[in-house]
Amino acid sequence: MAHDTTEKIRSHAEHEFLKKRRSAEMRHQMTSFAIMIFLTLIAFTLVAAGFSTYLIVPIILLLAAVQVVLQLYHFMHLSNKGHGMVAFFMFSGIFVAFITVLALVTIVWW
Amino acid sequence: MSSLAQKKGVGAVIWDYMTTVDHKKIAILYLISGGFFFLIGGVEALLIRIQLMKAGNDFLSAGLYNEIITMHGTTMIFLASMPILLGFMNAIMPLQIGARDVAFPFLNSLGFWLFFFGGIFLNLSWFMGGAPDAGWTNYASLALASEGHGIDFYALGLTISGFGTLIGGINFLVTIINMRAPGMTYMRMPLFTWTTFVASALILLAFPPLTVGLFFMVFDRMFGANFFVVEMGGNTIIWEHLFWIFGHPEVYILILPAFGIFSEIFAIFSRKRLFGYTALVFATILIGFYGFMVWAHHMFTVGLGPTANAIFALATMIIAVPTGIKIFNWLLTIWGGSIKFSVPMVYAVAFIPSFVAGGVTGVMQAIAPLDYQLHDSYFIVAHFHYVIVGGVVLAILAGTHLYWPKMFGTMLSEKLGHITFWTFFIGFHMTFFIQHFLGLLGMPRRVYTFGADQGWDLFNAISSAGAAFMAIGVIVMLINIVITTVKNVRVGNDPWEDGRTLEWAIPSPPPFYNFAQTPLVRGLDTYWIEKMEGNKKGMVYAEPVGDIHMPNGSILPLIMSFGMFVASFGALYFQDDSKPWTLAVLIIGLAILFGAMLARSLKDDLGFYIKKEDLIEDAKRGGNTDGSK
Repeated sequence: MAHDTTEKIRSHAEHEFLKKRRSAEMRHQMTSFAIMIFLTLIAFTLVAAGFSTYLIVPIILLLAAVQVVLQLYHFMHLSNKGHGMVAFFMFSGIFVAFITVLALVTIVWW
Repeated sequence: MSSLAQKKGVGAVIWDYMTTVDHKKIAILYLISGGFFFLIGGVEALLIRIQLMKAGNDFLSAGLYNEIITMHGTTMIFLASMPILLGFMNAIMPLQIGARDVAFPFLNSLGFWLFFFGGIFLNLSWFMGGAPDAGWTNYASLALASEGHGIDFYALGLTISGFGTLIGGINFLVTIINMRAPGMTYMRMPLFTWTTFVASALILLAFPPLTVGLFFMVFDRMFGANFFVVEMGGNTIIWEHLFWIFGHPEVYILILPAFGIFSEIFAIFSRKRLFGYTALVFATILIGFYGFMVWAHHMFTVGLGPTANAIFALATMIIAVPTGIKIFNWLLTIWGGSIKFSVPMVYAVAFIPSFVAGGVTGVMQAIAPLDYQLHDSYFIVAHFHYVIVGGVVLAILAGTHLYWPKMFGTMLSEKLGHITFWTFFIGFHMTFFIQHFLGLLGMPRRVYTFGADQGWDLFNAISSAGAAFMAIGVIVMLINIVITTVKNVRVGNDPWEDGRTLEWAIPSPPPFYNFAQTPLVRGLDTYWIEKMEGNKKGMVYAEPVGDIHMPNGSILPLIMSFGMFVASFGALYFQDDSKPWTLAVLIIGLAILFGAMLARSLKDDLGFYIKKEDLIEDAKRGGNTDGSK
């Protein structure tokens, strides 16, 4: 509840701890940002190099999935405390959507 | 003078219900309108049984028969069973978790009015050129070939009421995740709350496929798209997939809350803690999970190929395991209990064999080769009526008796309740048991008449007689409700005397703020714990008495829903050249909708506070003010 929030005065140790954790978080974000740029570069290179479409499409889809996970966990803070339910429902939704698409692809369109 | 309680005239009461955002009043609205649609669906069922009473009957024409079976199925699923269960969820779930309201009271009201206008829209088709006639599953090849506007009413009406249900489901999820009283951990939640939670999750995940399917249908029929038109490169099977990806979880959305109601009843009337609470919870979650992997068992005969059929057949049979776990847990809850056969308990005991019978025929149909024989025969009709009437409708009737005192503060007559039960129960088995054999003898479903001397005459006559018994049962129940309301004998907090969960610790009906002080939950069956420890107040408080923040009522949900209702008429007649006004109506309707949304966004509504002094004053008078703002 927003109107219940109280101002808290932090001790020195707490302050140091938070500072350390934030810098670690920042490092994670920078790393994943670099990885994402790198993944995107791979995708572009694949297309530019003119590989077979049957190779490019699955690889790009895979890279996209990795990017989504990185974004969710490092930029959207899915791993933080109190996000368990959110993550659970997101993965349930992804699961249902995946089953649906899988079934339509294998049964209807194959 | 307290600001809470005032006498009101009829007009003020109606206005109050039109603008209410109180979950208990919205529950009553759900119950009344769901009950109304239940009666309409029941009359349609009687018409079907009159038509099939004897061979070669001409009571209904073939076309009208198609419309009636379609509307019977659609009404009973979307407009009767689901809203009535949503009504119970609204009335009871926030009380069980110790909350003052649902998370989004405004959206709760919006959800109800969307359902209501969707239902009215669908039923207006009777008076505006014919009802939908492609079956409640509305298979695309039939639906696209259907003349007139019936199917358009179906697609648009269900779109509107589907939005309402989706909003309701999300609301319950957020409520249960965020608004549990202190101490109410997930594994201390009453089973009805658990089943509400899982059913709401199913609503969240299952309604989008239906919405997508209905959108395609709307665009195919009204705006010239070709999603399902085979000649134009569409695929008619996609509708079946989308419909059943929604449709199978939908039957669990119906049955899980029913399981929840029965779990409460078994524990209360056996005066025992639920046997295997943890197993019941995980069985509920598991049923919800499996519910998404079995939809193609409705489509075995479509020609999906042996691999797909085998996978879906196996997945379907697995569901019998968690369901079996539940059945055994209920039996063991009764076992050794100090049983009291009040009306809800009688329903609950009768539910077990009825539902098991429906489950067993379900597993039979899961065997794909056998399903080729049973498909589209009366065996299927018998099966799904055994699970839906034997499960959901019995739960609704039992829940009505169980929660009537909590919702209205009066007790339904036990004697009339038993009469309702016996006539309904005997009628139900008479109607549907024999239909298994009609199916095995080859009688197809959805055909408006049959020839004599195929061995079907006697069985159909018996089936129709059973339907009359069910009708008598429902009529007795209505009489019961009228008598109880007129007598108006008020009851206390815990009218069944063995209530176990928080809702029985507060007055019946509860004050509009539910809990003057938020309770502290010390275990499963929290009210029972307090009673056993001799706590006269029935609960331990987690906070001192203080001002309570409450939301203001609003007429906007009704206006928004009305806007969609109006816009639907524009969309419905869009392709008729004789009606040039359709675009204008569509725009006016959407303008009403977006205007109301804009008003909601721009106007700050901060709610109001109930003063501490008023709460104390109210508590002295019994603490069940029905006052509202």
